[in-house]
Amino acid sequence: MDYMLLRHRDINNINQIDTFLKEDGFEGFKKALKMETVDVTNEVKAAGLRGRGGAGFPAGVKWSFMDNNNWPHYVVANADESEPGTFKDREIMESNPFQFLEGIAIASYAVGANAAYVYLRGEFWEVAHFLDEKIEEMEKAGFLGENIQGSEYSLKIYTHLGAGAYICGEETALLESMEGKRGQPRVRPPFPPSEGLYNKPTVVNNVETLSSVPYIIKNGAEGYRKFGTEKSPGTKIFSLSGNVNNPGNYELPLGTTFRELIFTHGGGIPDGKSIKAIMPAGASSSLIVANDEALDTAMDYESVPNVGGDLGSASVIVVDDSVSLDWLITKTMDFFHHESCGKCTPCREGSYWMKKLTERIHSGEGTEKDVELLKDVAYQIQGKTLCALGEFSTMAVVTSIERFPEDFKI
Amino acid sequence: MTKDITLTIDGKEVSVPAGTLIPDAAKKIGIDIPVFCYHPKMEPVGMCRQCLVEIGRPAFDRTTGEAVLEEDGSPKINWGWKLETSCTNPVSEGMVVNTKSEKAVKGQNEMLEFQLLSHPLDCPVCDKGGECLLQDLTLAHGGTESRFNFDEKRHAEKKVALSDLIWLDRERCIQCGRCVRFQSEIVGEAVLGFEARGSHTQIMTTSEPGFDSAFSGNTTDICPVGALTTAQFRFGARPWEMEATASVCTECPVGCNTVLNTRRDVKTGGKVVVKRVMPRQNESVNETWICDKGRFTDFSADSRLTAPSIGWTDAIASAAQNLSAADEPIFVVDGSLPNEDLFNIKSLADEVGAKAYCYSEVGGGELTTKSGTYGKSGAGDAILVIGSDLYVDAPIFWLRAKQAVDRGATLIVATEEETRLDNFASTVVRDFAQGLEAAKEAFSKAENTVILYKGDDALAQSCADLNPTSLVGVWNDANTQGAWEMGYEAISDLDVLKGKTVYVAGKSALVASALEVAKFVVAQTAEDVQIAVSITEASGSKCVTLPSRNISESLGTFTSAERRVQLFHPAVPAEGDTLPGFVITAQVAEKMGVTLDIEAEDIFANFFDLSYADLSKTNPEEKLLIGGNCYENTQGVGVQL
Amino acid sequence: MSLAEKYPQEIEKILAKYPPEHKRSAVMALLYMAMREGGYISKADKADIASMLDMTTTEVSSIVGFYSLFHDEKAGQYRLQVCTDIGCALKGADQYLADLCEKLDVKPGETTEDGLITIEEVKCLAACDKAPMFQVQSPEGIKYHEKMTVDTTLALIEELRKDAQEAK
Ligand SMILES: Cc1cc2nc3c(=O)[nH]c(=O)nc-3n(C[C@H](O)[C@H](O)[C@H](O)COP(=O)(O)O)c2cc1C
Ligand code: SF4
Ligand code: FES
Repeated sequence: MDYMLLRHRDINNINQIDTFLKEDGFEGFKKALKMETVDVTNEVKAAGLRGRGGAGFPAGVKWSFMDNNNWPHYVVANADESEPGTFKDREIMESNPFQFLEGIAIASYAVGANAAYVYLRGEFWEVAHFLDEKIEEMEKAGFLGENIQGSEYSLKIYTHLGAGAYICGEETALLESMEGKRGQPRVRPPFPPSEGLYNKPTVVNNVETLSSVPYIIKNGAEGYRKFGTEKSPGTKIFSLSGNVNNPGNYELPLGTTFRELIFTHGGGIPDGKSIKAIMPAGASSSLIVANDEALDTAMDYESVPNVGGDLGSASVIVVDDSVSLDWLITKTMDFFHHESCGKCTPCREGSYWMKKLTERIHSGEGTEKDVELLKDVAYQIQGKTLCALGEFSTMAVVTSIERFPEDFKI
Repeated sequence: MTKDITLTIDGKEVSVPAGTLIPDAAKKIGIDIPVFCYHPKMEPVGMCRQCLVEIGRPAFDRTTGEAVLEEDGSPKINWGWKLETSCTNPVSEGMVVNTKSEKAVKGQNEMLEFQLLSHPLDCPVCDKGGECLLQDLTLAHGGTESRFNFDEKRHAEKKVALSDLIWLDRERCIQCGRCVRFQSEIVGEAVLGFEARGSHTQIMTTSEPGFDSAFSGNTTDICPVGALTTAQFRFGARPWEMEATASVCTECPVGCNTVLNTRRDVKTGGKVVVKRVMPRQNESVNETWICDKGRFTDFSADSRLTAPSIGWTDAIASAAQNLSAADEPIFVVDGSLPNEDLFNIKSLADEVGAKAYCYSEVGGGELTTKSGTYGKSGAGDAILVIGSDLYVDAPIFWLRAKQAVDRGATLIVATEEETRLDNFASTVVRDFAQGLEAAKEAFSKAENTVILYKGDDALAQSCADLNPTSLVGVWNDANTQGAWEMGYEAISDLDVLKGKTVYVAGKSALVASALEVAKFVVAQTAEDVQIAVSITEASGSKCVTLPSRNISESLGTFTSAERRVQLFHPAVPAEGDTLPGFVITAQVAEKMGVTLDIEAEDIFANFFDLSYADLSKTNPEEKLLIGGNCYENTQGVGVQL
Repeated sequence: MSLAEKYPQEIEKILAKYPPEHKRSAVMALLYMAMREGGYISKADKADIASMLDMTTTEVSSIVGFYSLFHDEKAGQYRLQVCTDIGCALKGADQYLADLCEKLDVKPGETTEDGLITIEEVKCLAACDKAPMFQVQSPEGIKYHEKMTVDTTLALIEELRKDAQEAK
């Protein structure tokens, strides 16, 4: 298969504008500029492109929700990429930046935005500076700025650097952060397409989502649907990490099985150990018991829930049988406690409580009661937090205790 | 008017205007949903998650848009699997809310357990004890044993001075952000913020000088726990030991409605004293706020004269004798006196054919008595503030001007110096003529127009010439407007008193100035007159002092700059042998052969076409907008003239 | 000198990214700018930024406190921030950090005696396939170093030390 997203692996120097142009660069954007904006949105809708940031919401549908009675409109690319286990957006931006920027341009054109922002996590300092250069080159080549390619359409793209806060990946926290505030989530509704950046209608899409758009416009929805499944069309980048021989990013059609990813592409488990659990969506995952049924499950939005998980951002962390899960959830709780924004009570207090309990259990000083209590506290948080971070913090805890009870025998 | 929306809460139907949030709709039918972060005056943020309830919404057929019915014909209700925060949900037609179902109560109790994880539970020594939302909920629903069984609880600083006035106890704080939001959203002075994040989140200020805001005390009222307290009240009394009496603030002409909380006090030898001043709701005046000047009014003038040095009989006789003997006695008051005092003095002056002056540096009262309401301005309205730094002179007027701008009003500020209102104004000029010019322009496009001015007759006249809907004088005293309404003639210097026999009533400063020029002074005052007496001795002139009661000891009325007449009640027993001002005047009058009323209410009826009962009417609807410890207005919202 | 005096053109460029009525959006960029000198944000910088953006210093401080890459306290010239989050930890990051700390004779959070390196433990840096790894945050910005060993790390530190000496 030719790469659709990781094209730099096929084509050297595609992060240089000349090469990119030679390789059909900006063809999708040029085509879009000649289309009615609603047709662009409809094409993306027809392609069935689902958000790659985690929630899997259909991108075209999101764009069609933009409130046309309230202007200006904005597009914001979510390049916060902070879910432990996720490292795909960074590769796209570093190695295939123009395709990403082209995706932003098409989305902006479709929703009538004349300004778009890329919100990068602060750690992507170098990436941001690199993108700034690429944006400038794109402007010089006449694909950004006023009256692009002789059309009526004008667009500016700006980078905005975050500063170390996982929560800023949550779209409303991201917008708060962009507005120069503490990055804490807003109450939803209203959703960004009604009230987003500066309370104006805003599309927030993941880097990978946007990077998929040029292909769709260039090749049409049908062309895109050749890959993936009916309900989860297209290819997806799977970030593979943990106890696996060849960690890295793998662009594969949605619907590829865990087994193929981990064993065929990832080269299997090192040191002759065997696979114990899979975290399909980074630290926010439920832990899936890595039995044959799970390994043969298709990685798409519909199938992963059948084995008790979610595809999320498809950051597949492999856990081998030498790992004790009481240790693992100490790690995840350390993360969520560190990253809880503190706005809502159950997450702020609950993550603190769970961190204390996991530490005690892992240190060997815990009792059976502590394990029960830990599960109870997690349940007590579920369904009550302001944003999904609080919910995420409970997933690994609850599923580890429920599905791997032997790891919690005192 | 938008159509009302009908919904069912805990089995009871209620109709409320569209846009009402569930907790307020529930309040209307006497159902209290527990809240911490929600405050009816601020945008809901859904942070604390305490207000979790079950919400069901009527099902609609997607294709026909018709309501789906159950077999029995009742509407089918869809219930989500999650509890929802009621504070972030506006009512909708046919909504069904369960606030007390097993599931809802469980969720609420679970949030409470999280809040209490690291709470010190030091209620016995907490100033908020007795009026603390967390304490109330804990007593009602809290578990008996903490499941957070770690030796180390999180500890934090218990005594952080945010300013000279406000203290923060970080262990008690539940991070609801009400104080932070009050300062940024309502006042527009974001000097409180959160430090760090997650479970390290704390309230802080790094502004210099600290929590510097004329409204800071309000944060102690709306703090749902005992995290913010005033330095003044700290360890001062327990809320339930205090009496609450309705009063009106004397510090400026806004006329904020207050409650004086009083209690016997050991430090003052068992006397009943005012322990604190609290806001009393009046949506037309101060909403649920008061400024710090009003909150920290000092009622404890220790060195005040509590009886005439020569005894009442002789003092009254001397006063009457001297006034009768004078060929041209003069009566002079200031705006600190209640209407009842003003009326009796004016009546006596009229009877003996004497001049009655009101000392006021600000002119133009003949003009303000024709208009005066400032009201609630917003989009389409224009406001001119000229000559006054409202932030200092009348802080709640300042707040209302700022909020009017938030609602879309145009604001023009014309003052000689920079003021804190400049930031919110669309036009700022340092010259009055330019200000008037700018206002003229803005007024030509505005619906309602308001001028708040502070200056002489000429400035007042220039303002009146712009023909505003309301012209409001920013007087120095609380009841200067009352004096104008009564027909006093204004003077801004006291030269006319030179060599005369004068009946002076008001603040000690007025008495002192009168003593400097007059031949003989009858001084009626509730204030400390030590300085006055020493001046008397120095100048060798003669004086008889008639100590009157102060506002905290009296029944009476004030007329605010906006022409709202409001009643205040005696909160503490009168000090020593002091008498109400109007009684003093009546007694002097009697000796001079003039009969005056001696009951406050009778005097009032002589002048106003109103009774105290009219002033005592309330507006129970307003209660829905209370959050925090602001008092409900059960004693009357006054009458707008 | 205030930031406004030092970098007028750059500030103008940053502000131009946002609608004029939302200049507050520039706060993060300006905070990074403030860290160029000394690697931390001083009280004066906060006040400076606040006045440029019509904010209060309290608001600026509360933003500094929220984000982990903003520092208002001085540390070593280079903050060596090692990821020990789950992906890296499964690849031995904890052991790597322990060994490195032993070699440098510091604990996480501490600074080497010469004031050059502060070792910090951080959460996932989106490089899980290249563990062990860290980023170096310095007044000049942030730079990733991936697939590291204790030896390559010590060599890097040696280079940083040389750079620092040359700069002096
Ligand atoms: C705690 C949290 C962290 C998130 N982090 C990211 C992220 O780093 N990148 C991202 O694209 N989406 C992230 N999301 C999802 C976004 O909120 C949002 O759904 C997404 O950016 C929408 O883009 P998409 O529809 O293209 O996926 C996160 C959500 C939550 C609740
Ligand atoms: S769930 Fe956590 S991260 Fe989300 S709002 Fe609540 S405290 Fe913040
Ligand atoms: S009162 Fe509703 S979330 Fe706090």
